Amino acid sequence: MEQPSVPIPTVVRSRRIKIIYLLFAWLLAGAYAKAQETFPVNGVSDPREGCFALTHATIVKDAATTLQDATLVIRDGRIINVGPGAAIPKDAVVIDCKGKYIYPSFVDIYSDYGTQAVKRSSGGFRAPPQFLSNTKGAFGWNQAIKSEVQAASIFKTDEAKAKTLRQAGFGTVLTHQQDGIARGTGALVTLADEKENKVVIREKASAQYSFDKGSSTQNYPGSLMGAIALLRQTYLDAQWYKNRPAKEGVNLSLQAWNDVQSLPQIFEAGDKWDVLRADKIGDEFGVQYIIKAAGNEYQRIPEMAATKASFILPLNFPQAMDVEDPNDARFVALSDLKQWEMAPAAPAAFEKAGIPFCLTADGMKDMKQFLANVRKAIEYGLTEQKALDALTKVPAALIKADDKVGSLEAGKLANFLVTSGPLFKENTILFHNWVQGKRYVLNEDGWTDIRGTYTLTLSPGATYTILVKGTPVSPALLLLQQQDTLAGTISVDGKLVRLAFPLAKRSSRTLRLSGVLADQGWSGNGQDTSGNAVKWSAAFAKAFAAPADTTKKKTSPDIGKIYYPFNGYGWETLPQQKDILIKNATVWTNEQQGKLENTDVLVRGGKIAQVGKNLPAGNALVIDGTGKHLTPGVIDEHSHIAITRGVNEGTQSVTSEVRIGDVLNPDDINIYRQLSGGVTSSHLLHGSANTIGGQTQLIKLRWGADAEQLKFAGWDPFIKFALGENVKQSNWGESQRSRFPQTRMGVEQVLTDAFTRARDYERQAAGKRRDLELDALVEILNKKRFITCHSYVQSEINMLMHVADTFGFTVNTFTHILEGYKVADKMKQHGAGASTFADWWAYKMEVQDAIAYNASIMSGVGLTVAINSDDAEMARRLNQEAAKSITYGGMAEEDALKMVTLNPAKLLHISDRVGSIKPGKDADLVLWSDHPLSIYAKADKTIVDGIVYFDRERDLELRKRIAAERNRLIQKMLGEKKKGAPVQKAKPTKDDLWNCEDMESGHQHSIINGDDEQ
Amino acid sequence: MVKKNFIYIACLAALSGVKAFAQETVYPAPAQQKALLLTNATIHVGNGQVIENGSIAFANGKITAVGANAQGEAGAQVIDLQGQHVYPGIIAPASSLGLTEVEAVRSTNDYSEVGELNPSVRALVAYNTDSKVINTLRSNGILLAQTVPEGGMLSGTSSVVQLDAWNWEDAAYKSDDGQHLYMPQLLPSSNPFRAAQQTPARDRVKEALEKIEQLRAFLREAQAYAQESKHAETNLKFEALRKLFTKEQKLYIHCNLVKEILLGIDIAKEFGFDAVIVGGADSWLVADILKQQRIPVILAQPHSLPVTQDDDVDQPYKTAAQLQKAGVLFCISNEGFWQQRNLMFEAGTASAYGLTKEEALSAVTLNTAKILGIDKVTGSLEVGKDANIAVSAGDILDMKSNKVTHAFIQGREVNLDNKQKQLYERYKYKYGLK
Repeated sequence: MEQPSVPIPTVVRSRRIKIIYLLFAWLLAGAYAKAQETFPVNGVSDPREGCFALTHATIVKDAATTLQDATLVIRDGRIINVGPGAAIPKDAVVIDCKGKYIYPSFVDIYSDYGTQAVKRSSGGFRAPPQFLSNTKGAFGWNQAIKSEVQAASIFKTDEAKAKTLRQAGFGTVLTHQQDGIARGTGALVTLADEKENKVVIREKASAQYSFDKGSSTQNYPGSLMGAIALLRQTYLDAQWYKNRPAKEGVNLSLQAWNDVQSLPQIFEAGDKWDVLRADKIGDEFGVQYIIKAAGNEYQRIPEMAATKASFILPLNFPQAMDVEDPNDARFVALSDLKQWEMAPAAPAAFEKAGIPFCLTADGMKDMKQFLANVRKAIEYGLTEQKALDALTKVPAALIKADDKVGSLEAGKLANFLVTSGPLFKENTILFHNWVQGKRYVLNEDGWTDIRGTYTLTLSPGATYTILVKGTPVSPALLLLQQQDTLAGTISVDGKLVRLAFPLAKRSSRTLRLSGVLADQGWSGNGQDTSGNAVKWSAAFAKAFAAPADTTKKKTSPDIGKIYYPFNGYGWETLPQQKDILIKNATVWTNEQQGKLENTDVLVRGGKIAQVGKNLPAGNALVIDGTGKHLTPGVIDEHSHIAITRGVNEGTQSVTSEVRIGDVLNPDDINIYRQLSGGVTSSHLLHGSANTIGGQTQLIKLRWGADAEQLKFAGWDPFIKFALGENVKQSNWGESQRSRFPQTRMGVEQVLTDAFTRARDYERQAAGKRRDLELDALVEILNKKRFITCHSYVQSEINMLMHVADTFGFTVNTFTHILEGYKVADKMKQHGAGASTFADWWAYKMEVQDAIAYNASIMSGVGLTVAINSDDAEMARRLNQEAAKSITYGGMAEEDALKMVTLNPAKLLHISDRVGSIKPGKDADLVLWSDHPLSIYAKADKTIVDGIVYFDRERDLELRKRIAAERNRLIQKMLGEKKKGAPVQKAKPTKDDLWNCEDMESGHQHSIINGDDEQ
Repeated sequence: MVKKNFIYIACLAALSGVKAFAQETVYPAPAQQKALLLTNATIHVGNGQVIENGSIAFANGKITAVGANAQGEAGAQVIDLQGQHVYPGIIAPASSLGLTEVEAVRSTNDYSEVGELNPSVRALVAYNTDSKVINTLRSNGILLAQTVPEGGMLSGTSSVVQLDAWNWEDAAYKSDDGQHLYMPQLLPSSNPFRAAQQTPARDRVKEALEKIEQLRAFLREAQAYAQESKHAETNLKFEALRKLFTKEQKLYIHCNLVKEILLGIDIAKEFGFDAVIVGGADSWLVADILKQQRIPVILAQPHSLPVTQDDDVDQPYKTAAQLQKAGVLFCISNEGFWQQRNLMFEAGTASAYGLTKEEALSAVTLNTAKILGIDKVTGSLEVGKDANIAVSAGDILDMKSNKVTHAFIQGREVNLDNKQKQLYERYKYKYGLK
């Protein structure tokens, strides 16, 4: 009988298999390795070429090319031939792969395989400051710039980890030390169990970056914006260093930085906004990063596509949470629930948008889940072809290693997988992962499919028919009799087999057989049901007819909608500008005509078109303002909302190089909350931890927009300065006593020194080292950038004005300025404005003389006075804060309102655009339910650029949507738990919440953002 | 009329600072000598009742008559308020008033003691009647405050003080009114990175639950100790808890989240305490339970951010109205010390978001008095109660109209000057401002 279709060919060829098994034992012992020429051998040398031919396989050379009944020939760790008719060399060990599939092994280009996690040795909030790098050697000033680190030099093979990666299907990884902002070079290594020298296939394959300073104990950078500034400055410094300036001496970090610029540049992003931040830096310096994504980038696909970057997408999808306890589930935000549901659809979203990407196992806690998660991504819409590409060819090509790995072609490394079937099918078994020509067995079971019908002969005894069914990995045994079918057990262990089954129904006695799966059939010895010795043999009779695959093709699961921003109160589609007519309101114009009763305001194209009575609506959306008050939008001169990962780069006394504009967080719920309090523009400031802080950013509260679209276009740039207790670290504890300055005397010197350096710098000849810190100060000297200065007591206010006068510029705004009333005349003479709190005091020594009449006095002297928040909660009711000056000092109502609308606009040089209701100005408006300075007033509608961003009625709808969507997702998570899926504890969602200084009692602290450090 | 005018002039002089005295010469007022009658006023009784064009009379520190035609005692001095508003003196519960002067200066801070269990600690003895902050509260209509210790779990006793006194003994309005329990937060760390760094990984909820169990064990011993009046060895901590078990003192349980509230109630039930929840940011979620268990709430300031990002944006503004609707006895508080001068505006916001104005007023007057156990003597303008009265030219709950022109504590007319007004005068003088 011919047996072409019989699934037991290996039984026939078992002698060869034996040899292979022996070989494999040698492999494990590591003796097979062809010794390197320079390495001495202990014992008899054992050189081998390792020529193998894998025949009759379905070979998937790459995602686009599949060969049937083909042969793969390898030698010396490389592929030498692949194809249906590939010649089999005489010295090849042949492995019949009939029914098997061969794929290129996966390539992961984001890995730390073989590198040691670097531990932070000291530091921390309470440690004394460290101003310079601790790295030994002639390296640069900052410990987080580690361009000199080479993965190939510190790499050590790690067989335990390699094994888990091989089992997940990987053959090659790009590894680097994941520590620091510039992390040096990555090395392309295989996962073979070999000496480092053999597995490193490209010693410098990439240059690696992140925004995370990692183990650096140096204080700077202490914030995300500091990390970004450091990157920028280092690009400039490295350029400058190319000419080896004598002033710098030897700087091996900059040297190394320059050396690695020609390599593929890979940037690890912390989230979707980090992607845009990194890409922006890249654009500034002509670098296109490959982005290692964090997993939420799908929430902003158009922005991701616009970066033109290629992405490395993680597959560590969030685990469901245990949300059975409603009091725990309460603290999990809808955004996190949705992220859990939507994350597996991220690769599909990238594919759909045509954004190039590959996949990484980085971040996977359980590597066994990797392939399962690839399959999950496919279930969520990723095509199989794209999935395979993203695991093989794309990553290889991204780091220009597609000449070595990523597909099965002659000349490339013999890195491939042998599987039982199509790779992404649920039950497919990965048998082998060959790396550099060496076979690593992932699963032995099932390689030989012994299923079928056999004729079993006992001697002495009868002849029986047995059926082996089940799966190749776990076969099951049936004894077929005339009437009955009796179940037995079969167990295969390599070549050994044992069988046990009863001979009669309801018999308690079992026949037990042990033997070998030999060429000619199975045979061995055993004991019959009476305990008598028997010998036995079994001959193959009939092939197993596998039942048809009844598993249904899974349809893509239903997932919710993306919100812009990704928050319960986000939009499903971004709102569009409309013409609006607000009818019959009391209009507080902040212009000469003052407060107009029963007046209409027409908004067209985002601008105020007309103010008057009985205006025709035309096509405009009509909003009835009867009984309501319309005012210009509230402008908060001093805010810290919508900022990511640190508001203070307070690690040095001068940090004018850092920019709040680099670190906007468009997802911050406080944007929406403040819209609900009538705020339309916020001036986002650096904190007050140092004398010369960072560059500020004015935004409009365009809820749903990305960072760039939030920015107030065409404004005059500002910078935050600070004086007093914070900058001299008065309340920072005993360990913080060494940063200059520690007194108000020193503060003056910091300022004078900084501006002196800036003036000298400006005069330097061309070719000077460009210094971003001094650039910003030169802008101040040239009246291109303006200061808002945190300040409290009169002496320091006076001092700064003197310094400014000396250098010929004006201090634009004093913010906080609680003793401004003491020097209001001097401020007026200098030309400074004031932005203050209504009634804060007593929270520290320098506010002991703060008075609630401050705004009234300063206004009375003729200063432009604003009331600001510096606080995410208070900003929601700045109208009330302004109203306090009516009580404290008897300010006129319209003047009070101006303190949170027109006056901050003036201080910010935008009063030609916003701050009053006048044709031609931006339609940034608030419709209040009541007198806008009354505690009883609510913002019914808040309009920015003619778009209603907050609407109290729509808000009620959103609440319903949040409740419904939360419940849907919680029920879905409960379903996961019920199904037995692993769940993690419910994890409260925390928000970034910043204020100027953390020592003040007036600030709102979130209940669930409690201090984890304690 | 002559007298009345004189008072007006004196009052104006004080306001305009013609006398320009420093706060050190703002003297506590002596006991009420003369009967007074305030007429021609809108009287907000504090219990929901409003008397238009009414009068209120008081003598020897007590209210003697209130109503549309209330008459003063014979020879009472009459003050025509010309349509101003009369309110019960506002009461600031759960404050650190007088226990700190400059928050960032450690040497001025006397509100937080070391140790987890300090029931014998008393806030009253550290209350500084000369704090410059106190006068800034009076001038906005706040006339009584509860001054409260912090630190550890069981922090000691608070007292209710009146805000016009020479020393803490004079100030004491109700001494040692209750014990303060600060519940450990029952919220897991949401920063897995940081949690993982700690070895062994900390489970903050478990730690908190263990601490609460330790507290219960402590209270059980204290309860047993209290059964016996004499002990060979006196335990001051247990002694300090005796009045809690007899309900002569209340247990103020500071907590915000539902599980904390529920466990707090459970502790109160186990020991039969007269308990009050302080904070209660999430109390709206268990309003029915609070109502059923008759547990009142000193609600944290409405001017707070919502607890979660999915919460209604105005949730803290409307929590008071939700408690009101559910029938929970509650009052409104504000954090800290200097911040107290804004307490009535917190009530104003609660009114904008669902309370009536008079309910909002009760939430800083009569309800507060009930919860602090002083409603027999103050909290509303009713005959027999102490004449703790604030007069405002406009709506006292609204910052745009809050203008306190007179204040009386136990019938004594309080000087409304304060350091800030004095500095205001000083610099109006410098700049020649009117």
